[in-house]
Amino acid sequence: MTGPSDLRLRLLCAIAPVVALSQITDLFDALIILCVILLLTLAQRPGAGLWHRLLHIEGFVVILMLTLPFTFPGDPLLGVGFVSEQGVQRAALLGAKITGASLLILSLLGTIEPARLGAPLLSLGLPNSFVRLFLTTIRYQSLIRLEIRRGLDAMRLRGFRPGTNRHTWQSYGNLIGMTLVRCLRRANRIEEAMRCRGYVGQMPNPGLAKPPPRDWGNALPFIALTALIGAMVIT
Amino acid sequence: MAHIPDGLLSVPVLVAGAAVGIAGLAYALRGMDDRSIIRTGLLSAAFFAGSLISVPIGPSSVHLMLSGLMGLLLGPRIFAAVFVGLCLQVLLFGVGGITTLGINTVNIALPGLIFGMVARPAVLRGKSPKSAAVLAGAVGGLSVLGTAALVALCLAITGSEYVPVASIIAVTFVPLALVEAAITATVVAFLTRVEPAALK
Repeated sequence: MTGPSDLRLRLLCAIAPVVALSQITDLFDALIILCVILLLTLAQRPGAGLWHRLLHIEGFVVILMLTLPFTFPGDPLLGVGFVSEQGVQRAALLGAKITGASLLILSLLGTIEPARLGAPLLSLGLPNSFVRLFLTTIRYQSLIRLEIRRGLDAMRLRGFRPGTNRHTWQSYGNLIGMTLVRCLRRANRIEEAMRCRGYVGQMPNPGLAKPPPRDWGNALPFIALTALIGAMVIT
Repeated sequence: MAHIPDGLLSVPVLVAGAAVGIAGLAYALRGMDDRSIIRTGLLSAAFFAGSLISVPIGPSSVHLMLSGLMGLLLGPRIFAAVFVGLCLQVLLFGVGGITTLGINTVNIALPGLIFGMVARPAVLRGKSPKSAAVLAGAVGGLSVLGTAALVALCLAITGSEYVPVASIIAVTFVPLALVEAAITATVVAFLTRVEPAALK
């Protein structure tokens, strides 16, 4: 199984269940939904990268697990006076919701090439100026990241070792300053180049074809998931 | 921990965050013509790439936020830059959340905008790169602390039981604020020497 390949559907398949999921207040419901999301994620056969990123996010969940049982007012758990039962339940509820939402985001949105999002975002009704800004940022962030990496490599080759000291902060400050100067000059050149090629303040947008029926099939599990969460929230 | 994930905050906080975030974004977009879209896009890309640099603090390390610097350079357009940056964080790294995009944008952009706009005239008038740097450093540090306060406030409004977590999170922002102040000061000193037009 894969998620829908039409990016409009794919965005909605991630956003709708995540929004619904944020409204769940019952621990049992949240755990059921987490299991369903886990099965949906496994069915998409994600690579190791997804689990690695999930681990990174779970750091926040660990902080909640370590603090809420001791700070949440409630009845003592198993006779241990300072651990509150309600606190453990709340930490588990939040852990399940955060993990579930992260899995949906990582499996459905983490696989999108952001540069392809222009037309889908326009057809979902986002303003033209926002989409142009979004695409410009996406296009150039990868380029500028490489530029910064080259700068850092050059600094390292000259014997720079980052540490907790003023020299490090000044070096990074100069690096960022120079990056900004280059970006402003590059912005002027890009604008001129675009005008030379007939840019009139609009990207050509031929519109998107309707998603194929097979894609609606791929979206079905996520529509069902949203309906299930919705039913749980209402009852 | 400026990226609050989905599933934590209460509905009123999320709705208020989304409303303020959308208003800020709409205001930022309204003031943008073709030329400034490209310029803002490039600067947003630079701030996004710059915020990925990890700066060591003792045995640990932090990522920069650069919101004070954005406030100084972009003014109200900071809302657009931060929002796009947070969207990219979700798309590229799965960090942050969808329902919290609005409130996270406000938490980062609002302090940067306020401190940046207050200090901007004085930074521009500054006689020497040094005086501009000191002011900019204050803007960088205060913006981070402002974000820490807003994140803690969001958690505290969601439920009083989160106050201990909120205070732990707020304390973790303090070292970042110091580093951010030092780096923002250097960047602005660099720009006043090399390309003063960047600040205009």
